[in-house]
Amino acid sequence: MSIFVNKDTKVVYQGLTGSQGRYYGMLNRDYGTNVVAGTNPRKAGTDVEGVPVFANCTEAVAATGANASCIFIPAPGVFDAVMDAAEAGIEFVACITEGVPAHDEARFFNMLKRDYPGVRLLGPNCPGIITPGECNIGITAGHIAKPGGPVGIVSRSGTLTYQALYELQQKDIGVTTCVGIGGDPVPGTSFIDCLEAFEADPDTKAVMMIGEIGGSAEEEAAEFIKHHMSKPVSSYIAGVTAPPGKKMGHAGAIVSGGKGTAEAKMEALRDAGAQVGLNPTEAGELMAEIVAGL
Amino acid sequence: MLPAVDLFEYQGKQFFKGYGMPVSDGEVAFSVDQAVAAAERLGTPVMVKAQVHTGGRGKAGGVKFAATTDDARTHAANILGLDINGHIVQRLWIEKASDISEEYYASFTLDRSAKKHLGMLSAEGGVEIETVAAENPDAISKVLVDPAEGLTEEAARAWVEGANLNPAATDQAVEILRKLYVAYTEGDADLVEINPLILTPEGRVHVLDAKVTLDANAVFRHEDYAQYDETQPRDEREEAAHAKGLQYVGLAGSVGVIANGAGLAMSTVDVVNQVGGKPANFLDIGGGANAQVMANALEVINNDPDVRAIFINIFGGITRGEEVANGIIGALDAVDIEAPIVLRLDGTNAAEGREILAPHLNEKLVMEPTMLDAARRAVAMAAA
Repeated sequence: MSIFVNKDTKVVYQGLTGSQGRYYGMLNRDYGTNVVAGTNPRKAGTDVEGVPVFANCTEAVAATGANASCIFIPAPGVFDAVMDAAEAGIEFVACITEGVPAHDEARFFNMLKRDYPGVRLLGPNCPGIITPGECNIGITAGHIAKPGGPVGIVSRSGTLTYQALYELQQKDIGVTTCVGIGGDPVPGTSFIDCLEAFEADPDTKAVMMIGEIGGSAEEEAAEFIKHHMSKPVSSYIAGVTAPPGKKMGHAGAIVSGGKGTAEAKMEALRDAGAQVGLNPTEAGELMAEIVAGL
Repeated sequence: MLPAVDLFEYQGKQFFKGYGMPVSDGEVAFSVDQAVAAAERLGTPVMVKAQVHTGGRGKAGGVKFAATTDDARTHAANILGLDINGHIVQRLWIEKASDISEEYYASFTLDRSAKKHLGMLSAEGGVEIETVAAENPDAISKVLVDPAEGLTEEAARAWVEGANLNPAATDQAVEILRKLYVAYTEGDADLVEINPLILTPEGRVHVLDAKVTLDANAVFRHEDYAQYDETQPRDEREEAAHAKGLQYVGLAGSVGVIANGAGLAMSTVDVVNQVGGKPANFLDIGGGANAQVMANALEVINNDPDVRAIFINIFGGITRGEEVANGIIGALDAVDIEAPIVLRLDGTNAAEGREILAPHLNEKLVMEPTMLDAARRAVAMAAA
């Protein structure tokens, strides 16, 4: 078992004909992902190494039965790409693109919620999702992930996601699904969405959570862990010693209300019963102890 | 992610003016003579206001009322060159003085937790809003705006009425705050803040200060935002890194840090601190780690006189270890590095990468197997 994606997931790559889309789309296909289609309105009817290209997601879904999409469209086109996928009835949309304006993210997040509540958006600005051995959507290097479980991973940071996968692989610990939710202001999928799904997944026995300073997503996740998680969690928060970043004026300081520092996040997680490592290696070691005790 | 773009007060006012909001006439001045000439053209009385990217200008003596052009000369001379929280005043904004009956506070920003826009309005403006929030939170009227719906007149009115402004201000405030919302959304701002928004004795509502932070990710649809890039405060090291397109934040320590990915770079800074060192910087070279990017990064760090050792922390994901190794060797050929380098290379094809690097290792280029070992070595070298 896994969360969100598995061996039956059929993926359309929005922007498959671009350099990034082609490179990662083909790597994902080599990994075993069902890469069934690409989109590009100007190149409909062509193909990329045998993968048919359609004008939009609606046509791609009609022809191939795609139920997931992966967006490699440059930032100015991401808003339309997300809505194109939603209109086509796609259920899972992973947006890898970075540099999407925050106002676009806030708009499509709330439009999906209002008009397409069945769509799960991952990202933008995320490495994607991998269910090792079954399906890899995005830019994660598949071979650093050991298939099979019992650990689920959810992370806000790209390279630290890889680091977490690698730490577990070095200890011969398998992963059910690893989700990179991305670090943008309005992530489509939150820590809580993933924790909830891992809690419900019978093959996931423990969860590793990688957070960062800023915002209050980790504190909210800690509340969820405290009240709704029966499975053990190990975690790491990057930025313990980072100096206060650019403060977003007085309004920003009030919204965060003292939340957002690594100390506050770690304290909230400890209070929720999670193990907290001071660096990625320590978080991996804590997870190894948890797995040994399962 | 690109850094946000902070506007000076006068830039913020011009930004607001573009969306039809009432601001005072004024001129920018870089010298005392320019300030006096501006005061003459505008007609006294005027306000002489320091333009710096920090708060607390009033308390620091950076905002003065000038009844005459002579006053304007005296104040301009005093304020130019003033140090306000480490920011040296290099430009002034001279604007027509306004009579004030009441001072309000208004802002919009993203509430990341609610994933909606948050508007805040208070009848207790002109002071630090954090103080109001801490001591009298009920004095702040809030509205959450669904970005898919926008701010309706009805919602704006209910929000304004909740703030208990002078009734004479209500209609104008509703109009100005709806324009502020348009400026915030169409202008792609992370923050718009007016403190104070004033009511004059004649019953006019007017924007007396402006704090605007723009989203650098939206520059592609606002070509004119390029002008603001030049006025961002950066130290010399940050300026050099910015020119090379690197994500760099200057810190005060002696261990230079280079890593791929923002999370790993942050984590590297943490680990250097945890083993008793002091990082000189945060530097994220992104996923690729090719020779040119690595050379640029090393050059920026090499120019920091406080750096005594450099810690390069690379985790190969899609980028293979061989590519990273060749990138480092290429960079070392291109730049003459003074400080010793400690390298940690892990991830995809790390073994192959280490093999390529092995013949190049010496007392100034060493390799360690883990992040912690490498941090300890770099800290020891920086202390030696």
